Amino acid sequence: MKVVVCCKRVPPTDARIKVASDGSGIDEEGVQFVLNPYDEFAVEEAVKLKEAGKAEEVIVVGVGPADTAAVLKNALAMGADRAVLVKDDAGYRDPLSIARALADAIGAEEGVGLVLCGRQSVDQQSLAVGPMLATIAGMGCVMDVVKVEVGDGTASVHREAEGRSEDIEVKLPAVLTAQRGLNEPRYAKLKEILKAKKKPFAEREFDFGEPRATIEKLSPPPERQAGKIVGDGPGAVPELVKLLRDEAKVL
Amino acid sequence: MADTKVLVFCEVQRGRFKKGSLEALSEAKRIVGKAGGGSVVAVAVGNGVGDIAGELKAYGPDRVIVCAPDWLEGYNGEAHGRIVAEIAKSEAPTAILVTATLDGKDLAPRVAAALGVTIATDCTAIDSDGDGRLSVVRPVYAGKAYATIKIADTPQVVSLRPNSVPVAEAEGAAAVETVEPSFGAGDLRYTVKAVNAAKTEKADLTEADRVVSGGRGLKGPEHFSILEELAETIGATVGASRAVVDAGWRPHADQIGQTGKTIAPTLYLGFGISGAIQHLAGMSTSKCIVAVNKDPEAPIFKAADYGIVGDLFEVVPALTEELKKLQADG
Ligand SMILES: Cc1cc2nc3c(=O)[nH]c(=O)nc-3n(C[C@@H](O)[C@H](O)[C@H](O)COP(=O)(O)OP(=O)(O)OC[C@H]3O[C@@H](n4cnc5c(N)ncnc54)[C@H](O)[C@@H]3O)c2cc1C
Ligand SMILES: Cc1cc2nc3c(=O)[nH]c(=O)nc-3n(C[C@H](O)[C@H](O)[C@H](O)COP(=O)(O)OP(=O)(O)OC[C@H]3O[C@@H](n4cnc5c(N)ncnc54)[C@H](O)[C@@H]3O)c2cc1C
Repeated sequence: MKVVVCCKRVPPTDARIKVASDGSGIDEEGVQFVLNPYDEFAVEEAVKLKEAGKAEEVIVVGVGPADTAAVLKNALAMGADRAVLVKDDAGYRDPLSIARALADAIGAEEGVGLVLCGRQSVDQQSLAVGPMLATIAGMGCVMDVVKVEVGDGTASVHREAEGRSEDIEVKLPAVLTAQRGLNEPRYAKLKEILKAKKKPFAEREFDFGEPRATIEKLSPPPERQAGKIVGDGPGAVPELVKLLRDEAKVL
Repeated sequence: MADTKVLVFCEVQRGRFKKGSLEALSEAKRIVGKAGGGSVVAVAVGNGVGDIAGELKAYGPDRVIVCAPDWLEGYNGEAHGRIVAEIAKSEAPTAILVTATLDGKDLAPRVAAALGVTIATDCTAIDSDGDGRLSVVRPVYAGKAYATIKIADTPQVVSLRPNSVPVAEAEGAAAVETVEPSFGAGDLRYTVKAVNAAKTEKADLTEADRVVSGGRGLKGPEHFSILEELAETIGATVGASRAVVDAGWRPHADQIGQTGKTIAPTLYLGFGISGAIQHLAGMSTSKCIVAVNKDPEAPIFKAADYGIVGDLFEVVPALTEELKKLQADG
């Protein structure tokens, strides 16, 4: 079977984010985009499946502007075989539109047994694209997966949920979203980075239609009132408790 | 407008409705109120939910719809998603609200995609107009920006971060109606083989009203007992920084931050946590933030409402004592 991994470009988690002055988006000037950390887990898992002889080909797919190519090439350097970029310069896209574009690209491939996504992008954190894509493609979907064993026509997975974990059996083809703990993503070696440059890289178009959601405004977070240092050491505790009770009214 | 109709999925855990779902019901009442009329439909799914569905009446839904097939024990995203989508198709609501717990985050996109509409997840505020149309606010880029989003699709599907809006009791005339799914267990693409539930009665981290959180300053897993005692005293749930989780001192489920849980409790108490941007991303919408750190320059103090500069091993026991005293005094 083939494995598809959905890869998104995101600002690094410690990047300084400035809202553009017209409030339409972020100021991308100087931001060095990286492969979404959760998508690294997904790529690693796919490459491991290939190394174990369970997958014959690993295809990475991304939706975004031209510079998304760089993160797809990272994924190729980690061991994926080829990349597909669905070109989109719109900036903000709602999760359903992204999921539809991905489903369209995946639908063009034959013999896809597994689609791996990150559980969330670290910039928008919708946690939505994987399950939406699965629903559109008519596949089963298990989220927050920390262990995968591919069998014959099914996969056994372990997932983390709130206050519990679950063992699940899912029919293939299926979409799984990767949670931290699934694996340790490898660093691409220089040789692999050079090799990645020669791997097949295709571009596709997708007709997104009318926007389904619009950003009316992007604003910096509300200013928090400067906090106060109540004091030093355990001696400050009675005063803190008084403030929490009488001023903040949270006790 | 009178045809405003808000459907609220009400999540059940350990035989009780989640507080976040009651918040969503209350928000739905406000939306309908602002629209000058319309209705709120509460939906509960799973074997046995019929027994407790009556409890929802206290929050004023116009109708309560229950789907409780005996083969659906616990949560199954595919089954729950298909059932809620079937109910939504026949009810044709203008909006669907879900609480953004982990199960809610798993469910809502499945429902939206089945209806062919998009979603706004983990919203911290909802505004609505006289037509019952919503505009929502969601923190993006790990809380470094807030996006106000208007969904053009109908229904507008929104998940709401727990602890973002108040719960309000209200009058409701609801009778409980029961529906059956059009499919059976054999039609599902996935089956839950085993569930390992945490043995705790504590509120889940994402829903907890109070959180006591520990970082690398705790110096070892054994020292978390002092935080647990403090948490016990005030009914809080214990969380942690990623450094602590990476070191294996606490399970991953306890991690707060950009790559962990996003929380918005009334009270967050952080001990021995430096306040890295990725940690702040997970807790900066808490209502009251208290930090204890021995380094006066620690960035967490910039995010905190109240801080104590000092050794946590001295401050925590003193704080636990003081809070016990406060409780004894009533
Ligand atoms: C104010 C604002 C401005 C924005 N501006 C831009 C912009 O300028 N450029 C831009 O690219 N995006 C922009 N976006 C992002 C937006 O288009 C999201 O990518 C989209 O809504 C998907 O949601 P998510 O990233 O939260 O996905 P999630 O559901 O959190 O992602 C889960 C997983 O789905 C997969 N996935 C998600 N998105 C993609 C993708 N695009 N390609 C391949 N796989 C994917 C990945 O495997 C990912 O781990 C903006 C968003 C907002 C709110
Ligand atoms: C991609 C990415 C994602 C990340 N996601 C997350 C995330 O989701 N959540 C998260 O938390 N982090 C996350 N991080 C990690 C983050 O950058 C920090 O490394 C981490 O939060 C630090 O944890 P800490 O505050 O416990 O430890 P440290 O930064 O080591 O801070 C320990 C603090 O304890 C204080 N201290 C020491 N001893 C005492 C004492 N006796 N009494 C009082 N104070 C004391 C010190 O002064 C110090 O400020 C992420 C990083 C990356 C790169």
